[in-house]
Amino acid sequence: MEGECRAPQARSSGLPAGGGGGESPGGDAPLPGSSGSSALLQAEVLDLDEDEDDLEVFSKDASLMDMNSFSPVMPTSPLSMINQVKFEDEPDLKDLFITVDEPESHVTTIETFITYRIITKTSRGEFDSSEFEVRRRYQDFLWLKERLEEAHPTLIIPPLPEKFIVKGMVERFNDDFIETRRKALHKFLNRIADHPTLTFNEDFKVFLTAQAWELSSHKKQGPGLLSRMGQTVRAVALSMRGVKSRPEEFMEMNNFIEIFSQKINLIDKISQRIYKEEREYFDEMKEYGPIHILWSASEEDLADTLKGVASCIDRCCKATEKRMSGLSEALLPVVHEYVLYSEMLMGVMKRRDQIQAELDSKVEALTSKKADTDLLTEEIGKLEDKVECANNALKADWERWKQNMQNDIKSAFTDMAEENIHSYEQVLG
Amino acid sequence: MEQALPDPERRLQPATLEPLGHPDAGLESAVGEEAEGARDEGPGDGTMMENNFWLKKIEISVSEAEKRTGRNAMNMQETYTAYLIETRSVEHIDGQSVLTDSLWRRYSEFELLRNYLLVYYPHIVVPPLPEKRAEFVWHKLSADNMDPDFVERRRIGLENFLLRVASHPILCRDKIFYLFLTQEGNWKETVNETGFQLKADSRLKALNATFRVKNPDKRFTELKHYSDELQSVISHLLRVRARVADRLYGVYKVHGNYGRVFSEWSAIEKEMGDGLQSAGHHMDVYASSIDDILEDEEHYADQLKEYLFYAEALRAVCRKHELMQYDLEMAAQDLASKKQQCEELATGTVRTFSLKGMTTKLFGQETPEQREARIKVLEEQINEGEQQLKSKNQEGREFVKNAWADIERFKEQKNHDLKEALISYAVMQISMCKKGIQVWTNAKECFSKM
Repeated sequence: MEGECRAPQARSSGLPAGGGGGESPGGDAPLPGSSGSSALLQAEVLDLDEDEDDLEVFSKDASLMDMNSFSPVMPTSPLSMINQVKFEDEPDLKDLFITVDEPESHVTTIETFITYRIITKTSRGEFDSSEFEVRRRYQDFLWLKERLEEAHPTLIIPPLPEKFIVKGMVERFNDDFIETRRKALHKFLNRIADHPTLTFNEDFKVFLTAQAWELSSHKKQGPGLLSRMGQTVRAVALSMRGVKSRPEEFMEMNNFIEIFSQKINLIDKISQRIYKEEREYFDEMKEYGPIHILWSASEEDLADTLKGVASCIDRCCKATEKRMSGLSEALLPVVHEYVLYSEMLMGVMKRRDQIQAELDSKVEALTSKKADTDLLTEEIGKLEDKVECANNALKADWERWKQNMQNDIKSAFTDMAEENIHSYEQVLG
Repeated sequence: MEQALPDPERRLQPATLEPLGHPDAGLESAVGEEAEGARDEGPGDGTMMENNFWLKKIEISVSEAEKRTGRNAMNMQETYTAYLIETRSVEHIDGQSVLTDSLWRRYSEFELLRNYLLVYYPHIVVPPLPEKRAEFVWHKLSADNMDPDFVERRRIGLENFLLRVASHPILCRDKIFYLFLTQEGNWKETVNETGFQLKADSRLKALNATFRVKNPDKRFTELKHYSDELQSVISHLLRVRARVADRLYGVYKVHGNYGRVFSEWSAIEKEMGDGLQSAGHHMDVYASSIDDILEDEEHYADQLKEYLFYAEALRAVCRKHELMQYDLEMAAQDLASKKQQCEELATGTVRTFSLKGMTTKLFGQETPEQREARIKVLEEQINEGEQQLKSKNQEGREFVKNAWADIERFKEQKNHDLKEALISYAVMQISMCKKGIQVWTNAKECFSKM
């Protein structure tokens, strides 16, 4: 099985410290807590020395990777993050607990909207206190997501629930919709918290801790609208060129994503359909049982048998109800989340392609123009690093995501199977 | 196989309508024989009686169905289904069965037989035929009469009908029934020659009687209510069951889609692949298991349908009683009014309005001779009327007694059959659950290996 942190190994030659491999000059960058003991922690953890190489690269081009001006000088390489976490805490220890609850409706003259209460409990040093309580609305979540995407274009950001579901919705704010959304938002924040890189993102911290007015002013800072638009335009222009040479592994990845997206969408549809059919079955069964009771009223000898059948049918009904709620609480949300994930993944692939395209265009410019070669070469150098980072980040995250996906899908379906078994047993009992 | 007229030794005669009250033929003797038959005690498919057609144990089966084309009464081409009826007699000693008769009949001939039985045995709850057209269908079932599944279920229903008639202590002895099983050609003519259609009570007469009867036997009124309730509850149940079956079919079949998608998905997965693939297989198994389950349920539905139609047969007996009772009441009323007329004439008082009275007043009294003549006529009529009333009363009582005996028999049969049907339905459900558990346990195992 592919370890999640293997990817950067492709770059370095695997030689101990000082060994070449990769474009960056070797050197010792201060890595907090670096010692040989880290290597013993987990099989998946890479050699420290290789991280130093990475670190060099990253710290050199921090400005490219990290567009968040508020970020502390912290390496954003996923690997170093993992190592850091593993040093300071025991492995797999969560130190950030988030809950989303208490949806509340706010009515103003212009609009009506819902806010959700977010409670954060943490033991991390960089947080001013150990407990925070804030209120956020959907727009704020959108903002956070966009910021994360900007900061980490090739990391797999968890998906947000949809803005609103067009079909079958009478009003935006019916209870089921709000509850579903609340659960999805809760999951969204927790997935970010569990992500080795994203969890340390500064915007994320602000989101969790700032008061309303603080958040608004924070939002206003950061790359302005115009510059963002400029980036988008460039991105579109680049994507028009198409990707000439996508590395093999990304071709595979792309292929996988396409097929996966297809299949998961189908599964989403199938699961919804099953829910609908079970609901209709339940409705009919509700009528079925009482008929037997009615009949038993006009019979003498048959009355007991009829009543027995009626009570069995009732048990069937209850079992079906339980099955349905199991579906809607466990399987359907998970499947739907991965539908959104698959869309997200396509976006990630595009962005990765864009970064590469940028590089490719500059390389082309170099070979054709031959003018300003020095500047171009430097730019190309930077871009190559950028591409490198992007790819590695993606690869690392990809493995992690796949693992998660596997686990999630597996447990979702296993639970469903479990539910079905229970429901049949209940009817038999 | 054509058979000659039955052996004169065999006491088979259609119980005719008129001599119902007569002691020597028909009902009384039938009752006597019935008592003997009951004592003789045999298994369901044929009574054993000396001097009886059912000398040995017989087996009746409707073994095949065949599509045929022919020309109907209007000389137009039509397609219909013919059913093969085989009768076997089972020798007591070695238990082997010998085919004694086999012929083909179509549904309309069964109907003819039943209508005949209804007319000649109005006090019997005559077993119903399977439905003429498919009702209570859910989307997968076809409403087409030519559909092979429908034909198969009808074949079973027709066999059931014949077995029920053959196991009825009275009906089994009917000559026309015997001929139905043994005389292929000419049977229709024979039935029609009995002239039973003429003897049938008109619907209108029956309806009239139902409304106007003053003093029907309370038990029959209750029975009528019961049969109404039974009919309404069973048809409601069948309707909902059909809808439930439809929905259940949907749930199971949609899971089949999982099978396909899982299989396609497994192609791109390395670790999850095997688990997905085998789980998908189990989903397919699950989806296809519903076909057998629902086929069995259809059989259960047919059992309920039989009793749905039996309710109508019950009502027919009640109607006959009401008709007879009404007849009786009318006759009694008629007699009473004639007696009164006579009295008035004799005493010369006019208490009731009569046309004669009016004309007498207007045109003068009649002569004593005229009056005497009229009184005499009336007295004759009154005598006749009293005789008739007496015999009608007796008829009525006989009818009630015999009908009620058969109704008791029917009740026992119904309770027994329905109980069995309900229990077998429960068993079906249990087996369905067990299958479900198995499939999902397997699927769960596959999922956990992903």
